Amino acid sequence: MEDANIQNPKSVPLFAITNQPLDPTPLVALVQAPDMGAVVTFAGIVRNNFGGRATAFLEYEAYESMAVLVLEQLATEARATLGTGAIAIHHRVGRLEIGEIAVMIVVAAAHRHEAFEAAERLMDRIKEVAPIWKKEIWADGASEWVGNEIARKAGTSESNKETG
Amino acid sequence: MQITIRYFAGHRDITARSEEQLELAPGATVGSLWGLLVERYPRLAGYSGRMLYAVNQEFGTLATALHDGDEVAFVPPVSGGTPILDLRFTILD
Repeated sequence: MEDANIQNPKSVPLFAITNQPLDPTPLVALVQAPDMGAVVTFAGIVRNNFGGRATAFLEYEAYESMAVLVLEQLATEARATLGTGAIAIHHRVGRLEIGEIAVMIVVAAAHRHEAFEAAERLMDRIKEVAPIWKKEIWADGASEWVGNEIARKAGTSESNKETG
Repeated sequence: MQITIRYFAGHRDITARSEEQLELAPGATVGSLWGLLVERYPRLAGYSGRMLYAVNQEFGTLATALHDGDEVAFVPPVSGGTPILDLRFTILD
């Protein structure tokens, strides 16, 4: 997946889907610039419950090559509409335990307002359109793809019976 | 023409495969392909109208024409849960 990310001279790409633990430090270094007075770092963390139901762990899956392109498009959109500086987004895939970082968004901007707003909007957009899926494996052993809202509400989801 | 279809998340569970190749007649679109897949895998029908569509890793629509060698993915609802078909960023392509 790294070969699609050669837009910076360092070894860390701005946009990545990875099965390795996420670390904000190199991403902050990547987006910093002398005219950027703010860097906002957002980490999305695996929570121990969803709507009060206990979670054992999560599994993330991505259409990896497309997801990298979409992350880059979303960052381009944020830069154009909010006037931020450089943006880096890394998303984890595979099995994630409670407390691990699932997604890291790092935004540089001249001032903090744009940086905070871009980070929040980017997280919304990633959840809307990035081809990345989350499977909740509940503490009771059942599992389901989050986002399967209609099937869940209709009680037709086969995934509740999966062993994971 | 030969098309590759990629299956993810709930779609992979239903089809029990992560991808397959299908031979389609000329003139096929994303929509006509979806119709074929629903016939083949009836449990996919619940996703009709609440997905995003990708052809060669770019977002398309049901009307997008397919060509030999294309890779198509029907993108089931992602982590946010609510399918919001806002594709405005595609104009930045």
